[in-house]
Amino acid sequence: MSFEPRIIGILCNWCSYTGADLAGTSRMKYAPNVRIVRVMCSGRVDPTFVLKAFQQGADGVLIGGCHPGDCHYSTGNYKTARRIPLLKKMLDQLGIEDGRVRLEWVSASEGDRFQALANEMTEQVRALGPFRPAAPSKPAAMEVAALAAG
Amino acid sequence: MEDNNGKGKTRERIGVYVCHCGSNIAGVVDCPAVAEYARSLPDVVLARDYKYMCSDPGQTLIKDDIKEHGLTRVVVASCSPRMHEPTFRRACEQAGLNAYLFEMANIREHCSWVTDDKAKATEKAKALVSAAVRRVVWQQPLQTREVPVTPAAMVIGGGVAGIQAALEIADAGFKVYMVERDPSIGGHMAQLDKTFPTLDCSACILTPKMVSVSQHPNIELLAYSEVVDVQGYVGNFKVKVKKKARYVDEEKCRGCGICEEKCPGRVPSEFEEGLGKRKAIYRPFPQAVPNIPVLDRDNCLYFQRGRCRVCERFCDSNAIDYEQEDRFVDLDVGAIVLATGYDLFDASADMRYGYRRLDNVISALEFERMCNASGPTAGRILMANGKEPKSVAIIHCVGSRDTNYHQYCSRVCCMYSMKFAHLVKDRVGHDTKVFEFYTDLRAFGKGYEEFYNRVQEEGVTFVRGRPAEVTDVPETIDEVGKLIVQAENTLVSRQVRIPVDMVVLSGGLEPRSDTAEVARMFNISRSQDGFFLERHPKLDPVASMTDGVFVAGCCQGPKDIPDTVAQAAAAAVRAVGLMNKGKIQVEAATSMVQAELCSGCRVCNKLCPYSAITFDEEKKVSVINDAVCKGCGVVAAACPSDAIVSRHFTDAQILAEIEGVLV
Ligand code: FES
Repeated sequence: MSFEPRIIGILCNWCSYTGADLAGTSRMKYAPNVRIVRVMCSGRVDPTFVLKAFQQGADGVLIGGCHPGDCHYSTGNYKTARRIPLLKKMLDQLGIEDGRVRLEWVSASEGDRFQALANEMTEQVRALGPFRPAAPSKPAAMEVAALAAG
Repeated sequence: MEDNNGKGKTRERIGVYVCHCGSNIAGVVDCPAVAEYARSLPDVVLARDYKYMCSDPGQTLIKDDIKEHGLTRVVVASCSPRMHEPTFRRACEQAGLNAYLFEMANIREHCSWVTDDKAKATEKAKALVSAAVRRVVWQQPLQTREVPVTPAAMVIGGGVAGIQAALEIADAGFKVYMVERDPSIGGHMAQLDKTFPTLDCSACILTPKMVSVSQHPNIELLAYSEVVDVQGYVGNFKVKVKKKARYVDEEKCRGCGICEEKCPGRVPSEFEEGLGKRKAIYRPFPQAVPNIPVLDRDNCLYFQRGRCRVCERFCDSNAIDYEQEDRFVDLDVGAIVLATGYDLFDASADMRYGYRRLDNVISALEFERMCNASGPTAGRILMANGKEPKSVAIIHCVGSRDTNYHQYCSRVCCMYSMKFAHLVKDRVGHDTKVFEFYTDLRAFGKGYEEFYNRVQEEGVTFVRGRPAEVTDVPETIDEVGKLIVQAENTLVSRQVRIPVDMVVLSGGLEPRSDTAEVARMFNISRSQDGFFLERHPKLDPVASMTDGVFVAGCCQGPKDIPDTVAQAAAAAVRAVGLMNKGKIQVEAATSMVQAELCSGCRVCNKLCPYSAITFDEEKKVSVINDAVCKGCGVVAAACPSDAIVSRHFTDAQILAEIEGVLV
């Protein structure tokens, strides 16, 4: 059987979650691998959430926010846009490949875009294989655990 | 109740309800299996599956269980929380359970509707239920706050939609500020000559309403003004409006029009679509409301060359004021109705039809002005050479139903095109040949099909096909000096070349060019076609996603006048309802700083987009103002000491949800 990645989608309430709702209302089929957790704004996404997801066995994390300028709280997504690249640098050091975390903007009317992203992300993570911290970076994996717990 | 730290040890009593939603969910997800699975989760004391949880019996089920089984938490797995969260929260509350102890798992929009594979859908539904169950344990009761609603509304846009909305609200007894960007209200409807299908004179039915706006004791008209900033939230908006300098003192001006008469500057009139001229100091049209001219600085001799001041000399009331400056006013309103209208598709974008390149190819609004008795040609349909056309082609769907421009149907072009055909026959003579090039004819409204029949009987030729081009290059002797419309008549699969004297392009309606900025300013979304997005396409076409902001007319999507008026009245009722209540419940899910953990680093102070965070110099900790906080949670994610709690979206709740979804 092929590997079925487990992907967490952390989506902001106003645009990307609504966009995912629209994909549903329009009956757009996409990979069932993406499971959605709602936050009010993408700016609420604490790097810990991403670490926790990997610690709990996720293979990928998709973070969704409103398009730049469209954040319901005016600038939350700008903060996300600055935080995630930093987080990715850290993940890299922990041995978590770049392709496992993605930050994307999806508007409330872009159901098709969400569908495409969910499929893309699933394939991308499938290609990377299951998330297993590499052996030499075991301390790193523990670090992940420690960070997530803390 | 329980201490948060004791979680995991304290047992909650959770009830889980899995909704079938008819076959919407149950057709794909094995609901009994999901309920069965839920029973195995920690703290779950009962789990049921039911046909329609949102129905009365469904809600009663929850209420009875809360009472009988002493539930302390409730999870409903059904549709999106954006749909029915309020419904279930209310049910919980009626049974005495705090609304925030309820959680929803979205197994319809995010599961059954997007997955074909039944096994995988069921597995996903289980994961989502597991996430909700684990999250709900950490949820805490919160109290919603009540704030007063300012009993005044703002209507933005003074076209027929805005006018209708403003009058309805004002008649209901509330103060209305109407903001219009142009020097006069009236919008596009004021430019139209006749309205289909009754052929009422547009101005005759609109002008009385415009006058009512200016005379209504409850309406304050801010014409030649623009909204520049919007702050606050439902019930309590603070809007900053820029009143652009008119260089005419509104208090002193009596609207006699002498300044206009004497002004030597002449420029193309926007209202006449450039077909006629206006002065540098002008009212866009004779029935303008307010009846006060505007001095167009860019074209004024005095402002440009330092000499003239003719208007000042002739004005008896000393109303001309060259020193006037833009003014800013701050207004408090409880509700906002956006009625900002549309732009006509610029036909020059579609090069094939030769608009602005070939003489006698004209736009729909130019045609309207030409037909109007007070328009540039005094109501005569004339070619560039001043003669009447002997044949006219009208091309439908220019810029609409065209993947190169707009995919949508603009809903009015079929009808106004047929009105044009009638007007040509009426004004130029019944022997004038008129060709309608249409894609499909959409005569859906009351009296529309009848009008279509009437126009057919008047001898108009209908050609089904979208023209490939309009050219002035003749191929035969008959075509010399003519405009030739090349098209395929798709009903008979034959190419046709029809030489005519005049071509009218029936352009579609498109979002205003600044829709994106306006949407941002009012914090609302746009649909894929660029128009403002309504809260629900079927059940709430007048509200926006932002509470207290309503939409009316073509800014929400193309529509004809009756639909516009109906939507505007509906938006007005919603605004009135809100103000009538006098009070509004606001979100309890705000953020707070746990003072004992705050290190006083002030990182959060600058991050808050609403400046809700201040620093308590005495205690050396940051403090969040509950009334201003909107609960985005941005600072909770940033606090290095984890001192900020984003209520209802706490770290513990989200982490538990992540853990749950990955079981
Ligand atoms: S609300 Fe969507 S990113 Fe802030």
